[in-house]
Amino acid sequence: MSQWEVVIGLETHAQLQTRSKIFSGAATAFGAEPNAQACAVDIALPGVLPVLNREAVVCAIKFGLAVGARIAPRSIFARKNYFYPDLPKGYQISQFEIPVVAGGGLAIQPEGGDVKFVRLTRAHLEEDAGKSLHEDFHGRTGIDLNRAGTPLLEIVTEPDMRSSAEAVAYARALHALVRWIGICDGNMQEGSFRCDANVSVRRPGGPLGTRREIKNLNSFRFLQAAIDYEIGWQINELEEGRAIHQATVLFDPDTGETRAMRSKEDAQDYRYFPDPDLLPLEITPAWVDEVKAALPELPAAMRERFAKDWGLSAYDAATLTATRETAAWFEACVATAGPGLAKPCANWVMGELAARLNREGLEIGASPLSPAQLAGLVARIADNTISHKIGRDVFEALWAGEGADADAVIAAKGLKQVTDVSAIEPIIDEVLANNRKSVEEFRAGKEKAFNALVGQVMKATRGKASPAQVNELLKRKLGG
Amino acid sequence: MSLTTDDVRRIARLARLEVSDAETEHTRDQLNGILSFIEQLQAVDTSGVTPMAHAVDVVQRLRPDAVTEADRRAAFQAVAPETEAGLYLVPQVIE
Repeated sequence: MSQWEVVIGLETHAQLQTRSKIFSGAATAFGAEPNAQACAVDIALPGVLPVLNREAVVCAIKFGLAVGARIAPRSIFARKNYFYPDLPKGYQISQFEIPVVAGGGLAIQPEGGDVKFVRLTRAHLEEDAGKSLHEDFHGRTGIDLNRAGTPLLEIVTEPDMRSSAEAVAYARALHALVRWIGICDGNMQEGSFRCDANVSVRRPGGPLGTRREIKNLNSFRFLQAAIDYEIGWQINELEEGRAIHQATVLFDPDTGETRAMRSKEDAQDYRYFPDPDLLPLEITPAWVDEVKAALPELPAAMRERFAKDWGLSAYDAATLTATRETAAWFEACVATAGPGLAKPCANWVMGELAARLNREGLEIGASPLSPAQLAGLVARIADNTISHKIGRDVFEALWAGEGADADAVIAAKGLKQVTDVSAIEPIIDEVLANNRKSVEEFRAGKEKAFNALVGQVMKATRGKASPAQVNELLKRKLGG
Repeated sequence: MSLTTDDVRRIARLARLEVSDAETEHTRDQLNGILSFIEQLQAVDTSGVTPMAHAVDVVQRLRPDAVTEADRRAAFQAVAPETEAGLYLVPQVIE
């Protein structure tokens, strides 16, 4: 396999989070009764006219700004002609020669790999098609046009990816970004975010091979599996002396295989032409500035700030900016705890909190523990009021709603760390008296015995002593 | 540029139009007649002119993002040839 180079480009359809459709006033909510959200425009009754949804354009501008692309001051809607009952007009309204967004790109990092920049060719606005149901209608096909006319942004990359891992890393980065800027809910099961992968193989440095397009991959796992299968299939074909023919293929998750759907010869002749029903879309610099002003800080900029201002590692910064909700939660926590405690705050958010949320199947926004409560807890560990271990108990208590803040839990449960030497010394004396064997072992040079003694003292104080202080006192007593 | 009868058959298939063999040659001549008009247009020097998608110099009016359409499925499906369970039924399409 090493003598073949894999070339992958992705086309992603992101459903835009608008209330109404791109060219009509019908609702876009998921899960309605079939055809209850398909109005006269969506079902293409004669005489209807499309009117463009301003918010869909705002979403496209946001995306263009977020990937450093050019926003076309004037872009054109075109008719992509094909006959299929899921779009009863006989064409899809899309953009062809002049898309709303051109260029830009996304930095990706495959697991265990280096950071790589994937260039975007373009992103254009178009309408989604309806759904065809092939079962249970006595040899007929059932058509639900609720989805027809849902705004889509189709985001197209250059053929810049060289492995399925890179393709998945790109898809994940794009998925995180569209959710971050609030243009797409990213729900892949419901089809809000769907990928098509163009895959070809070639001899390194040689001309591009013929590509096959894998359609409608709706999970990162399927994306990876479909590309891997397709690469193996193409290499096998070529090595056995057969040519690859351009085709659209479907991935079957049950068999893990891809199979050709239709030959592209005819189907691809979409005979695009400017839609006479829609005039050029004008986007003024003032409009772009207005959208830019309302855009949230982007994940890349936030990661840089976390590293620079708070000394977080690249890994921590990336984990904490995986979603905008996590980043906001963490920032609120640091805002209360103070920048000096950013690192312990990060550890608690990525550690204890993430594990607990995961166990309960909760999103961070639904955490019963507030950022201020965690900040209060982190502060009490930092100022030695409690040990890290007791901190976990306080975390559990706050999670369970036992107390308004860490101080209240510490007071109510008497968890305050004992630092008074006169209170600890008698406990140490007692432990030493009851553990003569460990004392002798330590004197004989067994370091382990010392740890056992520390453990006994911590146990006797029910964890309320400071381990550092116990260490020090014990050493002094044993040494003397 | 001129079209052959094969081109005509292919275009007809893409447009889902039934053009009988008897009509094919006649249709080809008509289409070639239109193309010859376009050839005359192409003789005009348009260098320096921005290509236009529309004949009028107006830009697209935009609509606020609001749901303005109620569910009128019952009325629409009353005039549809065949429906079931809220779906429009069509001859089977196999991918």
